[in-house]
Amino acid sequence: MLDKSLTQISKALRDGSLSSAELTRMALDKAADNAHLNAFISLNEEQALADAAKADAAIADGNNDPLCGIVTAHKDIFCTKDILTSCGSKILSNFISPYDATVVAKTAARNMVSIGKTNMDEFAMGSTTESSFYGPTLNPWNTEHVPGGSSGGAAVAVSAGIVPVSTGTDTGGSVRQPAALCGLSGIKPTYGRVSRWGMVAFASSFDQAGVFGRSAEDTAIMLEAICGFDPKDSTSIEDQNIDFRSELNQDIKGLRIGLPKQYFNQDLDSGIGEIVHQAADDLKKLGAELVEIDLPNSDLGIPCYYVLAPAEASSNLSRFDGVRYGVRAENYDDLESLYVNTRTEGFGEEVKRRIMVGTYALSSGYYDAYYIKAQKLRRLIVNDFHTAFEQCDLILGPTTPHTAPKLGAVNHDPVSMYLEDIYTVTLNLAGLPGMSIPAGIAKNGLPVGMQLIGNYMQESRILNVAHQFQQATDWHTLKPASHTAKNGGAT
Amino acid sequence: MALSPEQIHKIAHLAKLSIDEGSIAEISSQLDNIMTLIDHMEQADTEGVEPLSHPQDPVLRLREDKVTDTDRRDDFMRLTSHSEDGLYLVPRVIE
Repeated sequence: MLDKSLTQISKALRDGSLSSAELTRMALDKAADNAHLNAFISLNEEQALADAAKADAAIADGNNDPLCGIVTAHKDIFCTKDILTSCGSKILSNFISPYDATVVAKTAARNMVSIGKTNMDEFAMGSTTESSFYGPTLNPWNTEHVPGGSSGGAAVAVSAGIVPVSTGTDTGGSVRQPAALCGLSGIKPTYGRVSRWGMVAFASSFDQAGVFGRSAEDTAIMLEAICGFDPKDSTSIEDQNIDFRSELNQDIKGLRIGLPKQYFNQDLDSGIGEIVHQAADDLKKLGAELVEIDLPNSDLGIPCYYVLAPAEASSNLSRFDGVRYGVRAENYDDLESLYVNTRTEGFGEEVKRRIMVGTYALSSGYYDAYYIKAQKLRRLIVNDFHTAFEQCDLILGPTTPHTAPKLGAVNHDPVSMYLEDIYTVTLNLAGLPGMSIPAGIAKNGLPVGMQLIGNYMQESRILNVAHQFQQATDWHTLKPASHTAKNGGAT
Repeated sequence: MALSPEQIHKIAHLAKLSIDEGSIAEISSQLDNIMTLIDHMEQADTEGVEPLSHPQDPVLRLREDKVTDTDRRDDFMRLTSHSEDGLYLVPRVIE
């Protein structure tokens, strides 16, 4: 049942052939069977079963919401009342939030059942989920490989068939990249669509929540649940249309799809290039028109992002000082050493590295050369997209330059890890919506994702094209062997 | 431009982190690699371009001036074991 689509599970809950309590039990058992994948930081069995009972009562009362009683899992970056919210860090390994994030409250209000909190790179800083204080998450397609990151646990929870949909966050690609590497559909909406309230801050002008699912349709249903204006987030968009399903079946005839020439150069694995071109041709067969477009500054997205995001992070993470919450160092002599020892012991290497880079970029004498220069470049990158959207309705390209790397292959070389974000970070710089959907399988047996980029607030169009592609192809239906194997044996 | 050990210590001081002398060479080489990547920004001609700090170029929203939050002081104080009489405890700052 857990490998069915959200709509199918929902139908079973409604026709009485399945209860939410049974579904929740199955998900918890499947999570236990797949414990070796380390997708979860914590499981909330007691609360999940209580919530499932409530959902069953609501269904018995005639609740027709397709999400009522559906199991899900939240990334451990979202604050959950009375449940650990560690953000993958030692410094928050004792943090029990006194409130729910808006995203968590919104899914709970829809009677969804959260079975646990998923593993992630510490403070969402990473592309492999190896920097978690709780150890790495493994890719169910091949457990010698990483699932991508930073929302690696959220992706694996869906890819391994534990839950049909999950939440993640995407600051530089952290939903789209693990979706690509785990063979899933994953969408990051327009910046400001989802409230950031209760989501631990990494880089505030980039951070945006998103969702994982096994199809465009499932992600559309889940995305509707978490979007919406929230007065508690000053950057929340007030006036938004949150209907992502009514256009799913629209014909894509005549739609102009732009292929940026910079996305298909020597940085891209040639096998991935072929797969993504094939997918573009499939869309052409459905009536779309393919046009080559130019995003001249896209190569500079990485240096621009790796100044601005660490700069914002160095400021945001200054709150972790051991005084009001979080783990405090045991040994200190004065206030200064309380701060320094707490932070030095509490943060992992990658987080410290980014705080150092951000602090340097913001420091006196370097601010103009790095921070201001990057902000100017950010505008040029945004302008590139404005120009491109005059020539096309949607942009298509690869999500990642390579398939999932092996464990330990890139995390010791920060620069090579950062370069893997080449196709994803520019969207965050611009605040645009983007989605990764499965486009094929590489020669090494690992999934390949293609990215669909829309103009602001054009999630419906992205989901429409993704859904039409998935009606014509079956890449999204492929599952890792662990999806069905009792003990999650990898291929 | 390579960062000197003094510069690294200065950045660490600003960031309230301490750097172990034994690992300074490795940290220095990693930061140098990152800064070399970042220096590619110089390729872009940004003369006359207005800096962009936020994708929305947002205007801060105003709301009616009334209290909407409830008093949850005790809930928040419970997050640390270092408090007394509703105050956070830190080492003595003023003698």
